[in-house]
Amino acid sequence: MGKKVKITINGQSVEIEKGTSILDAAKQIGVIIPTLCYHKDLCVAGNCRVCIVEVVGQKRLAPACATPCEEGMDILTNTHKVRNSRKHIIELLLSEHNADCTSCYKNGNCELQLLASEYKIMNQDFIHLVPFRNYTIDDYSPSIIKDDSKCIRCQRCVRTCAELQSVNALTMAYKGEYAQVTTFFKKSMNDVICTNCGQCVNHCPTGALVEKNYIEEVWAAISDKDKYVVIQTAPAVRVGLGEELGFDPGSRSTGKMVAALKRLGFDSVMDTDFTADLTIMEEGTELLTRLKKALAGNDKTVKLPMTTSCSPGWIKFIEHLYPEFLDHLSSCKSPQQMFGALVKTYYAKARKMDPAKIVSVSVMPCTAKKFEAARPEMHDSGYRDVDYVLTTRELAIMIKQAGIDFKKLEDMHFDRLMGESTGAGVIFGVTGGVMEAALRTAYELVTGREVPFENLNITPVRGMEGVREARIKIDNPLKEWAFLDGVELKCAVAHGLVNAKYLMDKVKAGKADYHFIEFMACPGGCLGGGGQPIPTNPEIRQRRAEAIYAEDAGMPYRKSHENPEIIKIYKDFLGHPLSEVSHHLLHTKYTPRRL
Amino acid sequence: MSANYILKRADFIFKNENDWEEVLTKSLARTPNELINELISSELKGRGGAGFPTGLKWKLTSDLKSDEKFVICNADEGEPGTFKDREILSKVPFKVLTAIAICGYVIGARQGFIYLRGEYFFLQQEMKKAISEFEFFCKEIKFDFKINIFIGSGAYICGEETALFESMEGKRGEPRNKPPYPTAYGYLGKPTVINNVETMAHTYTIFKYGAKRFYDLGVQFSRGTKLFSVSGDTPKPGIYELELGMSLSDFVDEFGDDDTKAVQVGGASGFLVPRKKFSETSIGFEGKLVGISLPTGGSMMLFNSSRSMFNVLDNYLNFFAEESCGQCTPCRVGCQQLLRGIKAVKRGEKPAAYLDKLLNLAETMQYTAKCGLGQSVANSFSSIVENFREEMIY
Repeated sequence: MGKKVKITINGQSVEIEKGTSILDAAKQIGVIIPTLCYHKDLCVAGNCRVCIVEVVGQKRLAPACATPCEEGMDILTNTHKVRNSRKHIIELLLSEHNADCTSCYKNGNCELQLLASEYKIMNQDFIHLVPFRNYTIDDYSPSIIKDDSKCIRCQRCVRTCAELQSVNALTMAYKGEYAQVTTFFKKSMNDVICTNCGQCVNHCPTGALVEKNYIEEVWAAISDKDKYVVIQTAPAVRVGLGEELGFDPGSRSTGKMVAALKRLGFDSVMDTDFTADLTIMEEGTELLTRLKKALAGNDKTVKLPMTTSCSPGWIKFIEHLYPEFLDHLSSCKSPQQMFGALVKTYYAKARKMDPAKIVSVSVMPCTAKKFEAARPEMHDSGYRDVDYVLTTRELAIMIKQAGIDFKKLEDMHFDRLMGESTGAGVIFGVTGGVMEAALRTAYELVTGREVPFENLNITPVRGMEGVREARIKIDNPLKEWAFLDGVELKCAVAHGLVNAKYLMDKVKAGKADYHFIEFMACPGGCLGGGGQPIPTNPEIRQRRAEAIYAEDAGMPYRKSHENPEIIKIYKDFLGHPLSEVSHHLLHTKYTPRRL
Repeated sequence: MSANYILKRADFIFKNENDWEEVLTKSLARTPNELINELISSELKGRGGAGFPTGLKWKLTSDLKSDEKFVICNADEGEPGTFKDREILSKVPFKVLTAIAICGYVIGARQGFIYLRGEYFFLQQEMKKAISEFEFFCKEIKFDFKINIFIGSGAYICGEETALFESMEGKRGEPRNKPPYPTAYGYLGKPTVINNVETMAHTYTIFKYGAKRFYDLGVQFSRGTKLFSVSGDTPKPGIYELELGMSLSDFVDEFGDDDTKAVQVGGASGFLVPRKKFSETSIGFEGKLVGISLPTGGSMMLFNSSRSMFNVLDNYLNFFAEESCGQCTPCRVGCQQLLRGIKAVKRGEKPAAYLDKLLNLAETMQYTAKCGLGQSVANSFSSIVENFREEMIY
């Protein structure tokens, strides 16, 4: 490694590490080569051929993404041959693409559209192929719409589903002119093993895969004078939303987001972070209860490791693929569903409102949350707990439709009762965050002291490696937790279902002795969710993560149990963690799914 | 039709000398380097159609260090108009098995595969019998080598070497990006020699008679003999072993029906040569001896004046549009555009000048497609459209 080679790109000499792709080499010296099938998250496919360049001395053009630099290469990226070929390729893609741009959900954020506009494809001479196909639109899933007529077979979704998520819901079938991205026996996405994580949506360059949007339904609720519309905002939305509205990745826009939501006409704007804190109280207590049974009571039936249950993509994954481990899941609902159950009970009671008139909306970085809200399990308030789920992208669309100049908004605060949160709640949006938040509270609960990390930052669980481990030794616990004295609490964190699978296989094989595992379906956790702004890539995820940790560091409260509204809800409504009311509203049970 | 033999016939491959045990034993007594040098000096080039020097391929793989290497004999004979490999495998299987084993010895592989075309399933039984006899002998002479048959599933693209590996690995048969090449990163990511059946059979000849005997046949850049699958409008279709470098007019004199209008050299992915260019065309690998020199995997299709070249092209393009793996844009969509395009011109829905746009597109496909399939569609397309333009329009 580290061996350098000398190459020339458009006459400019550059020394570069051997094996670097022409694409990366060109980028380093400010030469942009267009791509379509290439994505930083995925392995190189080299199948769209948009990135072709000329290597002097070679008759054929080389795909810049898939060609490693060799000593002495003389590369030209803008010759007549390159331009002519590239234009042909874009024309070919358009000829098999349903380019009805004005009625496309991705209009304005489509990589193919952008390329077509850059290359000014004015006369579409080639025969339009779409009418010869019997394309159908699959919109049976509550989360994802798949429109084959817009697919350009770049296979980004296929690679995403395989490489990032190890789900393989989408795959290539048939060959030649019939080649298409499809599911097992061409079933609907709703009827196959699909976690609804939406990573395919986030990685699709065109409008072939989009989220099912509920924008009009939410507008209708807002304008219905009879309805009281409440919205909750997930932690990761505040560090992503800005990207859709003119800010750089990594910008925090919590206050502006709240202001925008109020301007949109939501009657009450509250925070999912509040129920994230509540999750910590319930889940932390649950973990300690399990540990007590296992360690002090020597109860062999206790299921350890306990795993988190906030990520609906992960839930569906385990239901399908590891149903025998469902008892390992924490029985806690996700923060979104806790919020939904409380808003039509606790909140309605406190505000003396008829819960039937409350419309509960959430904005999430996630498409799987749409599926989760529609689960039959999620009606514990007596109504559907969460009526509509919007993604970060849909919210941005609504803000634009409402004519709000986002940049000029003054920061505002969340409304009371379920709007107060802590740093522990906000880090739910990043991989490792639930673990960190749980440890901050559980450790203090058990020992009476803060976690032994500088500024409460539990750095071993932070970062972007796929699987991370942390061990925390408990010394001198309080009297009632004496059985934990000297116990090393073994924790692990996995994000991206491919890593979840790796870890679950280890658990299954009996090769993992963890007590507690955090699983997040999406790479980077919720901040890299399927409903987040497009593009999302490793660099952008990193920036969003930094923003989340900055948000945490700036909060007056950093530990869930210190949240005044959490203290209040236990006093006024729930009693104590794992109480009967809690059990009824905040906990649930999942069942195996077979196909 | 001339009664004289102008073409230089040869008879190496199908001569059943039944001496494979001796050839194997003698070869294994030589050093790998000696064998590689023998191959290099024979100037044998791959007989699948691409013409990569076989000796160099073996050397590149042999030079690499790896815990595992493989030899694969590519018997996914799918090019329209070729049927020679089938005959080799059914008539002289031991020559191929011996060659595979010698290759294994040379490069340091302990396992060889024959990737058998799905449609050749019927050969499997006999092949297996031959393999068990062969492996028995290997055991006797204490040479540790195994050969397995892998049956393809009928996709033309799996004859492309890297798509073939993918297929063997249980994946969708789609070509990989190159580099890395199979010699370094082949089946299961290990250094792999992959040779066509006929190439393997020729190495047998070379190891038996020495490089000189082979080298002395043929012409510069195109040494030795080659099997030709002759079909179409000919009174004597069949398989013929001929010296490379012959002129196409000699070939037509021998095999034509006195009314030959054009010859398709190299199957659907090869070139169509019209009558007026027969004399300036020779058959062999690139060289500058006589006019145009066309490589071929062995398919020679003759067309007489009763044939519509439009129908011929339509047939090829249908084939490509269906057999493209569908992975890369230029091949997947390009093939469909060419196919629908010539039909539209024929029906008058597009102007004749649209053919020029298609020719330009075919050129783009040649430059930009991921593998040999898409790159070579232009060969037949351009040579047919350019030489029989009026047949495309009227």
